[in-house]
Amino acid sequence: MALIVNGIEAPPPADPRVSLLDFLREHRGLTGTKVGCNQGACGACTVIVDGRRVLSCLTLAVQVDGLEVTTIEGLGTPGSLHPLQAAFVEHDGLQCGYCTPGQICSAVAMIEELRRGLPSNVTADLTAGTIAATREELRERMSGNLCRCGAHNGIIAAIEDAFGLENAA
Amino acid sequence: MSILDNAKSRAQGLAMAALTKAVALAPDKWIPGSTPDPLIRKQNGHVGKPLSRLDGPLKVAGQARFSAEVALPNMAYAAIVHADTPKGRIASLDTAAAEAVPGVVLVMTHRNAPRMNPMPVFMSAAKAAGPDALPILQDDRIHWSGQPVAVVVAETQEIADEAAGLIAATFKEEPAVTAFAAARAKGTQQGSFMAQPLRNEIGDAEKTLAAAHFRIDARYTTPRHNHNAIELHALTCEWQDDGVLRIHDTTQMVAQEAWTIGRVFGLSEDKVVVTSPFVGGGFGGKGLWQHQACAAAAAKLAKRPVRLMLSRESVYRIVGGRAPTDQRVALGATAEGKLTALIHTGLTAKSPASPMPEPFILPTRSAYAAETMLLDVKTVEIESLSNTFMRAPGEAVGTFALECAIDELAEVAGIDPIELRLRNEPEKDPVSGLPFSGRHLDAAYRMAAEKFGWDRRSPTPRAQREGEWWVGMGCATGTYPYYRMPGGAARITLTAEGAKIDIAAHEMGMGTATAATQVAADRLGLSPEAIAFNYGDSTLPGTVMAGGSQQTASIGASIVAAHRALVAELVKLAGNDSPIAGAKPDELSCRDAGLCRADDEAAYESYASILARANRPSVSAEASPPLPLEMMHWSMHSHAAMFAEVRVNAVTGEVRVSRFLGSFDCGRILNPKTAASQFRGGIIMGLGLALMEETQFDERKGRVMNASLAEYHLPVHLDVPDIEVIWTDIPDPHTPMGARGIGEIGITGTGAAVANAIYNAIGKRVRDLPITLDKLL
Repeated sequence: MALIVNGIEAPPPADPRVSLLDFLREHRGLTGTKVGCNQGACGACTVIVDGRRVLSCLTLAVQVDGLEVTTIEGLGTPGSLHPLQAAFVEHDGLQCGYCTPGQICSAVAMIEELRRGLPSNVTADLTAGTIAATREELRERMSGNLCRCGAHNGIIAAIEDAFGLENAA
Repeated sequence: MSILDNAKSRAQGLAMAALTKAVALAPDKWIPGSTPDPLIRKQNGHVGKPLSRLDGPLKVAGQARFSAEVALPNMAYAAIVHADTPKGRIASLDTAAAEAVPGVVLVMTHRNAPRMNPMPVFMSAAKAAGPDALPILQDDRIHWSGQPVAVVVAETQEIADEAAGLIAATFKEEPAVTAFAAARAKGTQQGSFMAQPLRNEIGDAEKTLAAAHFRIDARYTTPRHNHNAIELHALTCEWQDDGVLRIHDTTQMVAQEAWTIGRVFGLSEDKVVVTSPFVGGGFGGKGLWQHQACAAAAAKLAKRPVRLMLSRESVYRIVGGRAPTDQRVALGATAEGKLTALIHTGLTAKSPASPMPEPFILPTRSAYAAETMLLDVKTVEIESLSNTFMRAPGEAVGTFALECAIDELAEVAGIDPIELRLRNEPEKDPVSGLPFSGRHLDAAYRMAAEKFGWDRRSPTPRAQREGEWWVGMGCATGTYPYYRMPGGAARITLTAEGAKIDIAAHEMGMGTATAATQVAADRLGLSPEAIAFNYGDSTLPGTVMAGGSQQTASIGASIVAAHRALVAELVKLAGNDSPIAGAKPDELSCRDAGLCRADDEAAYESYASILARANRPSVSAEASPPLPLEMMHWSMHSHAAMFAEVRVNAVTGEVRVSRFLGSFDCGRILNPKTAASQFRGGIIMGLGLALMEETQFDERKGRVMNASLAEYHLPVHLDVPDIEVIWTDIPDPHTPMGARGIGEIGITGTGAAVANAIYNAIGKRVRDLPITLDKLL
């Protein structure tokens, strides 16, 4: 078996202790995935595994054997940005840029959770089929991704813009 | 501090005081900034535009390479083992089990570490950047809980981490002063900052206070804080065959680091090359600490490149933060609300080795016109990791105390808090007597009050309730000085295609490279696309710290100096056949990729034409700006009017900030998009300071207890409302580009605005940060 990283097969590491985070950064040279705490507290290492957002520091590489891993490099390149990546630049949803790849990967999968109708801690009506993408919903759902520079307003604006959620607040 | 050091410091202080006096009294024309920067009047259309940050596409695509992402051939990975006792000696240090792990290259302790000199302490020399001068793995003495005692180097990070866990260290503990009360009992010392005592006295403030019509007298306390940049401290380093120590680091001070690390290893600064193209957040924390020396020593011992990325816990153990304060603010006022007495005194703790007391009276010095003043910072020593500067050192916590006290006085006097502040606006600097270079706080307040709907606020607490939430509004003044540190320099290399600017500056998210590109484009009459701003490398000109909100001023002044030298060169190259022949640099302007006479724009020649006629592919000039004497000739400060609306839950005491507005008077804003982010970022860190941030310190063992991002609470998305930022955009006539620094002011005043809003909501005054719900119930 192998991991599929951004569409490319990658053999799993020989050392079973290697986290998905370290596998991506140190074994595959995909340093766009960042390490902020190595203990699941900051969200900087968020990647997408089979469509769901995952903290790669708390995931062993061998656990995702056979699964599709999408990292920030798989979403777009500087010359051909994903709409959300472009919106982050436009709305200045970043400063130092270190939490940014995690924020973007997290948001891409978060929108799918919202569309699937998965409730959050601030969802008022759990029985409603669809959940309005209010700013409060977006903020709650992005709260696992810390930003210390304080780009929060720009991040939320970028998410609204890229996914056509303007005026949802 | 030894008697000799004391005497030296006193002598420096006296010399500084004499110089300050002379510069204050000198004619304006002798001072840098006496003539307004021409860019304030006339631009080529780039300064002031909301240009998206130039490194944005790289960063959002994960292609910006940070220091732990530089891969060197045959690189090994390091992990650190820390002492867990505050003071004493190593009793035993058993590394055998670690060394036996397959893949371990070596274990370095004080027994086998290369000889390292202590780091020269910050401010002890022009490029000194050590947080303290404690020995680095040279003996068995322990100076703080968290001190590195061993470094494991291994083939992989997993192996290094495993082996680090197998090192068994025991310590012979010695009595240590780790509690604030015990430290106070040992006696206090006068705090000093920049070789000047943190003490000012005007008249008899205590006596005046006692006789005042209205008075308040209160104690405010603030805890330790940590910077908590999301990027961990990390470096990749190598001793090259040419004898150069090459360090890829994440730092706010490349030139200072090269010099200081050179001193540690007995190398001249040109034998240490530090690069740092991207810094994943700094806030004062990305300076020199022991880990850089440890990694370089490990690489020397292992004879191969080493990568050291600190664990999050190691960051809390090795990298100091903001020190705690215990402040008193007492205010006396007339029946009309004019301040007669302003007392701001108190204590801060520092480590015995740290040169840095938290200077919380700095914002008070220029804040209000009061008849009498007593400002004083005393220090006590706690045996702990050295504290350091963190975003707005002094102002962040000092404005909390001062601006809460003003709010308390406003209530006692029955005067609107904005009106009270404006009644006490000083005409000139109340302490130094210097004229202000630009102060428009009144305008900032008026703009903000209207926009925020201040007239809807009830002056009486507990007046507005929505469901189970009490709602309140508060405001406070923020302030931060203009700084420009000595040491700036820049090189401009001009070709027919454009210009390259070389300067040893830093980009840690402030938007420096973007704003500097806009400034250089305007200065040179080029498009931003024709400018290459080259920074983050110790081999480039200048000693430019990304600190004190001074980098943009330092870069700006350096580019002015280099530009002037470049224009002089161009005039020489242009010769007698040019429309600009014989002109002096001051008589020329830049436009459309060329030079013209300032009084006759038609007399113009393009750079390409000048270079072609001179048969030159390029022309280059490097220069340094004059010493920053403007700071001693004018009182130079930015200001902000901060407005918060909070909701306090009547059942749980939970506080939510529902609205926030920051109104800034910071001179000319160079890039509204990146500046707004800087302002918001500071405010958000201020919301953290107000409501949740605290480095919990075990007073029994001198140890940080919450050394993780799970336990040190930062504002997260749900804690951050829409934050509106506005500004006066009135240029400062005495600074480069008319701009003053904007990186730190956002955190100032914010804590008090929130505290004052909480009081307005529920009538409870909390004077101890952070204002957590247990203090409100």
